[in-house]
Amino acid sequence: MKRRNFLVAAGAAFVAGCNKVADSDFGQGMFDAAERWHKGAHRLLTSRDALAPEYPRSAVSPYFRGNGSVDPKNGDYPRHVTESFANWQLEVGGLVDNPLTLTLDNIRKLPQRTQITRHDCVEGWSAIGEWTGPQLSLLLDAARVQDQARFIIFRCADELGGSAYYESVDLEDAYHPQTIVAHRLNGDPLPIKNGAPLRMRIERQLGYKHAKYLTGIEAVASLDGIGDGKGGYWEDRADYQWYAGI
Amino acid sequence: MKRHAISTRIWHWLNLICVVVLFMSGLTISNGHRRLYWGDWGFAAGTEWLAVPRFPDWMTIPGHYSLAVARDWHTLMAWPFALGLLFGWAAMLANRHFKRDIATNRKEWRPAQIKRDIAAHLRLDFDHGAGKYNFLQKLAYGLVLGVFLPMMVFTGIAISPGMEPSFGWLVDLLGGRQSARSFHFLFAFALFGFFIVHVALVLLSKPLRQIRDMITGGTA
Repeated sequence: MKRRNFLVAAGAAFVAGCNKVADSDFGQGMFDAAERWHKGAHRLLTSRDALAPEYPRSAVSPYFRGNGSVDPKNGDYPRHVTESFANWQLEVGGLVDNPLTLTLDNIRKLPQRTQITRHDCVEGWSAIGEWTGPQLSLLLDAARVQDQARFIIFRCADELGGSAYYESVDLEDAYHPQTIVAHRLNGDPLPIKNGAPLRMRIERQLGYKHAKYLTGIEAVASLDGIGDGKGGYWEDRADYQWYAGI
Repeated sequence: MKRHAISTRIWHWLNLICVVVLFMSGLTISNGHRRLYWGDWGFAAGTEWLAVPRFPDWMTIPGHYSLAVARDWHTLMAWPFALGLLFGWAAMLANRHFKRDIATNRKEWRPAQIKRDIAAHLRLDFDHGAGKYNFLQKLAYGLVLGVFLPMMVFTGIAISPGMEPSFGWLVDLLGGRQSARSFHFLFAFALFGFFIVHVALVLLSKPLRQIRDMITGGTA
């Protein structure tokens, strides 16, 4: 065999071998362990309330790119757009003692946090924007989350490819001071492409965790039985890592 | 005494596997957004300093476009790569391999000496005299071990949003997150360049003996 052909064949065999490992239970176990170690290392090196960097106004990007759903057409969403979201409601429920149903007006009247932060997409790009909204911890405290809750699920109005978008975080990220339910971007109500009228900001993780078109916040003890059980739309659909801090 | 210490050999082959998987899965990740920017942010076409070509599937892991699988491989192999590098450096300092064989002295940096060394390389004359490596080898190994490989780790840490609350200074030092991402890409290709030259020079200088010695240790 010519040396060139040998190299190409060796390369293809190497990739095939990698794919065999990746498809095996052993490979999946290794990937899951590596993800846990990264999360563990991050949590070890970073205190619970350590903040993602915040920027001056001058650093804000000229516009904020939209990704994933940018103009949902499913269900009631188009009607809400024509009503300028006047009848939008956010449910806070699950393992809570005091379930809440909030209007946009309720949310705007809560104490607000404004933060200029950088959004990093899993694909590689970044954009900087100024977000305003109440801290998620305020809503969770008002709803009185029960002791057995371990995760917070974010329910969304948009469907991609026929399935509803959703996401989840653990309580450490849910109660982080920069985790807010944003309703303003750069001082204006959220544009549709960026998740109008409400979206999550989970500032220490990648963009796919920042659920848009938010309709519900749910405290749960386990991710089993929600979607396909992997904790989010992209996690279920494409096996994205649940911990998106890497 | 062996020509290559056992720690050098273990690290060398472990690092090869890590770097190959990281590079090939990295090409898939690059295909996810084929533009590089300077500064903190960047997303729009026309603001990039480099429009990266799409790397064909046969160059990538997993061999088709899957950002999720590529990231799984990348974040898995980052562990043995970074810890292996730490181990390699500790061993190389402890057994004085670095000081004896890789560190250069002032005499070697004289222009006339460097010229002689380049001329010898071009004649494919790899006689090192008394030392283990000649100047260009020391320089290449020193750059790879001391700059390129560690910078892959540091720039990788800098583009992880979960690390930024603690390592914001590192991101600032690199000029912002998109700059860190650009450096991650540049150092990856610097390593690729080293890899090509390294393999070519091994092939030009008794390849079978060289590879055998890197496995068995060889004799000094």
